[in-house]
Amino acid sequence: MSVKLTTRQVGDVTVIDATGRITLGEGATIFRDTIRDLATKGGKKILVNLSDVSYIDSSGIGEMVSGFTTVTNHGGQLKLLGLSKRVKDLLQITKLYTVFEVFDDEAAAVRSYS
Amino acid sequence: MAEQRLLLDSTLDSVEVAETAVLRDAEAIGFSEEDLHQLGMAVRESMVNAVVHGNRYNARKKVHLSITKAADRLTVVIADEGEGFDLTCLPDPLAEENLLRQSGRGLLLIRAFVDEFQVRRGQPHGTEVRMVKYLAKAS
Repeated sequence: MSVKLTTRQVGDVTVIDATGRITLGEGATIFRDTIRDLATKGGKKILVNLSDVSYIDSSGIGEMVSGFTTVTNHGGQLKLLGLSKRVKDLLQITKLYTVFEVFDDEAAAVRSYS
Repeated sequence: MAEQRLLLDSTLDSVEVAETAVLRDAEAIGFSEEDLHQLGMAVRESMVNAVVHGNRYNARKKVHLSITKAADRLTVVIADEGEGFDLTCLPDPLAEENLLRQSGRGLLLIRAFVDEFQVRRGQPHGTEVRMVKYLAKAS
């Protein structure tokens, strides 16, 4: 199973609910296209919910970083929600905890946007 | 010790084939679920490197996979038929200036998820990656 992404609005924050695997190929491509589309359409507050993501490889991590850069370059903020222990470990190993703002609670994440 | 050898095409489908074959043997030895996840990820990253960066999806080039089962460890060797690369020339993915690069984290993850990791020039060409995961250390 590749990744399935659905978007919803919580106030002025766009939440992307991801389900499945973000890996090289279709999963990473869908993720990249969705983030770029939101950013170019003016989405400034983007929260990626990874609660139901079972697997991310280095390509998936690369797409998350690329999405972060794209949104930041458009004057927005991309943050992460609901990381499993395995995904947290990946961010730890790659030092990306220093890049991404990560939340366990959706309400707290939504409130954090300036 | 039992060794299994597979000759795989340079396609992303081969990544799945290799991961499945390695995990089948690892499961038989008795690795934990977390160790299986880590080993699977290391194999996946190595296979992607071999198919994408080594053989560059070239249909005439193959990926050579060897899986050796022992009571306390699993040894996986993945070799491509590409041009090879110099490890010392790769940018450090943990350096501040490289954190926002899109790629270059595969080898870092492999190193983190197996107990032994070696890369050497293949003969007569290509790159050979050897990974060992120990049962005792892992559980």
